[in-house]
Amino acid sequence: MARIIGAIATSHVPSIGGAIAKGQQKDPYWKPFFDAFDPVHEWLDRNKPDVIVVIYNDHGLTYFLDKMPTFGVGAADSYTNADEGWGLPVRPPYKGDSELSWHIIDNVMAEDFDLVTCQEMQVDHAFVVPMQLLWPDGGAKPIPAVPITINSIQHPLPRPERCYKFGQAIGRAIESFPRDCKVALLATGGLSHQLDGTRAGFINKEFDLWCMDKIVNDPEALAKLSTKEIIEKAGSQGVEVMCWIAMRGAMHGLVSAAFSKYHIPVSNTGGAVMIFDNQPAMALAAE
Amino acid sequence: MDDHFNIPGTPVFTGAQARKGYALNKMCFSFNEGDNRKAFLADEEAYMDKYQLNSAQKQAIRNRNVLELIAAGGNIYYLAKFAGIFGLGVQDVGAQQTGMSIEDFKEMLVAHGH
Repeated sequence: MARIIGAIATSHVPSIGGAIAKGQQKDPYWKPFFDAFDPVHEWLDRNKPDVIVVIYNDHGLTYFLDKMPTFGVGAADSYTNADEGWGLPVRPPYKGDSELSWHIIDNVMAEDFDLVTCQEMQVDHAFVVPMQLLWPDGGAKPIPAVPITINSIQHPLPRPERCYKFGQAIGRAIESFPRDCKVALLATGGLSHQLDGTRAGFINKEFDLWCMDKIVNDPEALAKLSTKEIIEKAGSQGVEVMCWIAMRGAMHGLVSAAFSKYHIPVSNTGGAVMIFDNQPAMALAAE
Repeated sequence: MDDHFNIPGTPVFTGAQARKGYALNKMCFSFNEGDNRKAFLADEEAYMDKYQLNSAQKQAIRNRNVLELIAAGGNIYYLAKFAGIFGLGVQDVGAQQTGMSIEDFKEMLVAHGH
């Protein structure tokens, strides 16, 4: 059976991709953020996940406002990246795992989460930048991925509590997957930032640090927030924390933070990187 | 701003905004493709006509004014693709909306960490 061994959460700001393309990882501005990925690489090397489920939000690459899925699941064996309009180099395609995708789709739908299934899906910077951070060029190749999107562009957004329950359903689905494999989760987005309006540039360190504590020890406190409260406290794009909430919901066992780093600013954003270990509930019961 | 969130200085992209800004956002979505960015630069007025922008949207585009674009229904993620045509990023966009110089805006971001 598949096991969820843990998760990584990170900001996905496009300019991180720009810094990678320009080789600026050691520049004083960027170094504190990129250095946070040394422990991530060690964690991946030590735990060797076989597949990664990536929970993120699209920003107008694969979806437009003509049709806006609340929850979308990639169901392909390959995902392409493409031009998003601001000069980031287009990345080579990423491998999928359609068997796991369809298992998640079947099981999550059976729990009344009515998904959009995507047999073709372009993955934007919110997928590609974190994958580059986890598996930089020149090192090990990225493992196959299942992309899952949560609408964070067009309101009404799914309520944070709904995202948490969606994550729980994803977790149960993964743990019932009959293939013997190790699954890692990757949540991307956040933390606090606001790009639009006269409050643009808003960052809330206190709230971000609170989130990074609660996501480990009391995720239901995060899930109980309303969308409006998140926007007030984390800025209009801070709603991306929904992806973190869903990721946390997917881990049913004993969850601990193996690493945690917060750095301001990453572009306009409170930059956060975390690693979570998950001892699955079944393993706990067996002990 | 016609949204029910009513958070000062904070536009929220509700259904009303999505409906109002559809043509503008659709044009900006087209800027994912390099050929479309070139076509816009070659004849901006013709490109706006093709996407049936209304007069407020056209004027906001001509003015390169982000707050006006948002008031006309623009969504920041699609507007970022418009800004990208001119090599501008989210910090330039933030500086314009807050009336700050780019240097002051960047300093403010750094100061959030203290």
